[in-house]
Amino acid sequence: MLEHYLSLLVKAIFVENIALAFFLGMCTFIAVSKKIATAVGLGIAVVVVLTITVPLNNIIYGYLLQEGALAWAGLPDVDLGFLGLLSYIGVIAAMVQILEMVLDRYMPALYNALGVFLPLITVNCAILGASLFMVERDYSFGESLVFGFGSGVGWALAIVLLAGIREKLKYSDVPDGLEGLGITFITVGLMSLGFMSFGGISL
Amino acid sequence: MSQTKDVLISPIFNNNPIALQILGICSALAVTTSLNTTLVMCIALTTVCAFSNLFISLIRNHIPSSIRIIVQMTIIASLVIVVDQILQAYAYAISKQLSVFVGLIITNCIVMGRAEAFAMKNPPMPSFLDGVGNGLGYSVVLLFVGVIRELFGSGSLFGVNILPLVADGGWYQGNGLLLLPPSAFFIIGLFIWLLRSYQPEQVEESDFDIMPQSANTEAHHA
Repeated sequence: MLEHYLSLLVKAIFVENIALAFFLGMCTFIAVSKKIATAVGLGIAVVVVLTITVPLNNIIYGYLLQEGALAWAGLPDVDLGFLGLLSYIGVIAAMVQILEMVLDRYMPALYNALGVFLPLITVNCAILGASLFMVERDYSFGESLVFGFGSGVGWALAIVLLAGIREKLKYSDVPDGLEGLGITFITVGLMSLGFMSFGGISL
Repeated sequence: MSQTKDVLISPIFNNNPIALQILGICSALAVTTSLNTTLVMCIALTTVCAFSNLFISLIRNHIPSSIRIIVQMTIIASLVIVVDQILQAYAYAISKQLSVFVGLIITNCIVMGRAEAFAMKNPPMPSFLDGVGNGLGYSVVLLFVGVIRELFGSGSLFGVNILPLVADGGWYQGNGLLLLPPSAFFIIGLFIWLLRSYQPEQVEESDFDIMPQSANTEAHHA
C-alpha cells in the first residue's frame, strides 16, 4: 500500500511533471521565474494550495457531484457532474482567500514572504488542472492527497530550476528577437526534454 | 469603423496574446499534436472569450468591484461548461483527446485578462469583437504550431496523409521529436523570434549588454 503511494508520488514529481510534461501553470511559470527567491516563494505557495485543494475537491466530487454520489441524501439518481468545473474553481478561489486570511493572522512572516503570489494562484492552471486530473483518473482520497502534494513539489522544482537557469542566462548574448520570452521558451523545451528521460523509470 | 477593425485585427499580430503578453500558453502547447484537436480548441476558446466579454460588458455597471473576479469567473465557468457539454454530445472522441484542457479554458489568462482589461470598461459590441480578435490571435499561433507538428511529425494534415511515410512505403521519415511535448516550446520560441524580427519594436531590452571593445581595453591595461 505504502509502495503504491510512493510510486504515485515519484510519478507526480518527476515522470509526469505537471509543468514540463503537461504544460500546466505555464503563464506564471514563465512570468515569475526571473529570480530564484521569488520562484521559491511561489513554488511553496503552489505546494500548499495544491495539497489542500486536490483532496478537498476529491471529497466534493465523491460525495456531491459524482453520478449516484448523493445516495446518502436519498437522491441516488442525481448526477451533478456537469457542475464540476464551477465547483472546483469556486473551491480553489475560496481556499486561496481563506488561506490568505489564516496566514495573515497566524503566520505573518510566511504571509509576507508569499505576498502577491497567493491571489495569483487562483488563476494558475496547475491548480485546476490537478483537480481535473484527479477526477479523470478516479483517485481515492489518499491518492489525491499524495498526488496533490507530488504535483505541487514537481511544479515548484521545475520553476526553481528554470529561475536558476534564467539568472545565468541574462549575462549571455542572445540574438535580438529571441531576447527574453523566446529564449525562455527554448530553455523550457530543453528542460522538458531532460525530464522526459524520467519516463524510462518503471515503478 | 476603423476603430472596430483595429479592435478585431490588432491582437492577431501587433499585440498577440501568446507571443507578446505571455497569456494562455498552457493549452497552446498541449493540444497541438494534431490539427483536429487544435482547431476544436481554437473554436472553443474564441467562443468562450467572445461571449464572456459580451456578457461581462453587458452587466459591467452592475458588478461591485470587490467581487468582480468571482462574478467574471462564474460567467466564464458557465460558458466553459456549456462548451464542454456540447463537445461531449457532438464530438465525443475529440473531447476525450482534449481531456482536461477544455476545462482549463476557465483559467486561461487570455479570457480572464480580456474580461478584466477590456470588457469591464467598454460597451458590449467592441468587447465582443475584442474577444473574437484575441481568440483569433491565439488561434493563429496554435494553428501555426499545429500545422508544423502534424505535417512534419506524422506527415499528415487533419489526419489526411500529405507526405507518404516510410512506414507506409513512402519517402518521408516522420520527425518523432515533433510529436513529443517539448517540440511545442521550440516552435513557439522560434515563432516569437520570427514575429519579432518582423516587428522589431516588440524586442525586449536585455538586462546586460556586452561592452563594445571590452577585450581591447583590457589588453591595454595589461
